[in-house]
Amino acid sequence: MNNIIAVILLSIGILFNLFGCIGLIRLPDVYNRLQSATKCVTLGTCSILLSLLFFFGFKEIGIKSILAIIMLFFAATVAAHALVRGAYIFGIKLGDRSVVDHYKNANEKNKEEEK
Amino acid sequence: MKNIISFVFLVGLWLLLTYNISVANIIVGAVMALITVLFFGKYFVSSPWKVLHPRRIFWFVVYLFIFLWECIRANFDVAYRVLHPAMPIKPGIVKVKTGLKTSIAKTILANSITMTPGTITVDLIDDDLYVHWIYVHSIDPETYSRQVSGRFEKYIKKIFE
Repeated sequence: MNNIIAVILLSIGILFNLFGCIGLIRLPDVYNRLQSATKCVTLGTCSILLSLLFFFGFKEIGIKSILAIIMLFFAATVAAHALVRGAYIFGIKLGDRSVVDHYKNANEKNKEEEK
Repeated sequence: MKNIISFVFLVGLWLLLTYNISVANIIVGAVMALITVLFFGKYFVSSPWKVLHPRRIFWFVVYLFIFLWECIRANFDVAYRVLHPAMPIKPGIVKVKTGLKTSIAKTILANSITMTPGTITVDLIDDDLYVHWIYVHSIDPETYSRQVSGRFEKYIKKIFE
């Protein structure tokens, strides 16, 4: 039973990592591409790690995979956040299809304060 | 008091991560935890024991399931947008106001928003979260606030404040 659940989770994980990679190629600008990168992590990598837990049970590997999920929650989000903010401050424009940009004003205000 | 809790927590984490209870390993873990607490102790959560209250743990479990459900739904949504030949995306950065006060609660909210596919927190200035959204459903502040952060905010408030 556990083997079946593990295989299902593993397939879901690989499938969503594949979707994430397709998104990484197809989407138009940095910001949207990062969206698809974080999508990989949530359902893709986390379900691969969960499948390890189901396959090996609460042994060494299972517990380590739970810890890895918790660390991913903090590390992947902080990395994505830093990349997006860095790209914006570096001056990369939002793509052509963007609708709103509320961050522009706040960012300019910040820059003036720093000066 | 706060430093002792974070020290014990770090040693426990080290022992789980290495999964090896020998004296040498415990000594290495203790020394590393001591160094970490000395340098970064001031960045830890200010009142960690507060989170261990049973009511907060109950809401944490509820929040975990709601987060999981939102994640799965949003994953399928973004997968659909990526695979659709015409790519129905409408990206933009929106300003979301949050009512949370403590910094740990704001951090968890920002992390949850980033972990949900389709939204990334760009910056957090005072009480405003700037969120990059792959499909801006509406530009009315009340509507999009509810869609981006409303579903998490009330639970985080119960857990961390």
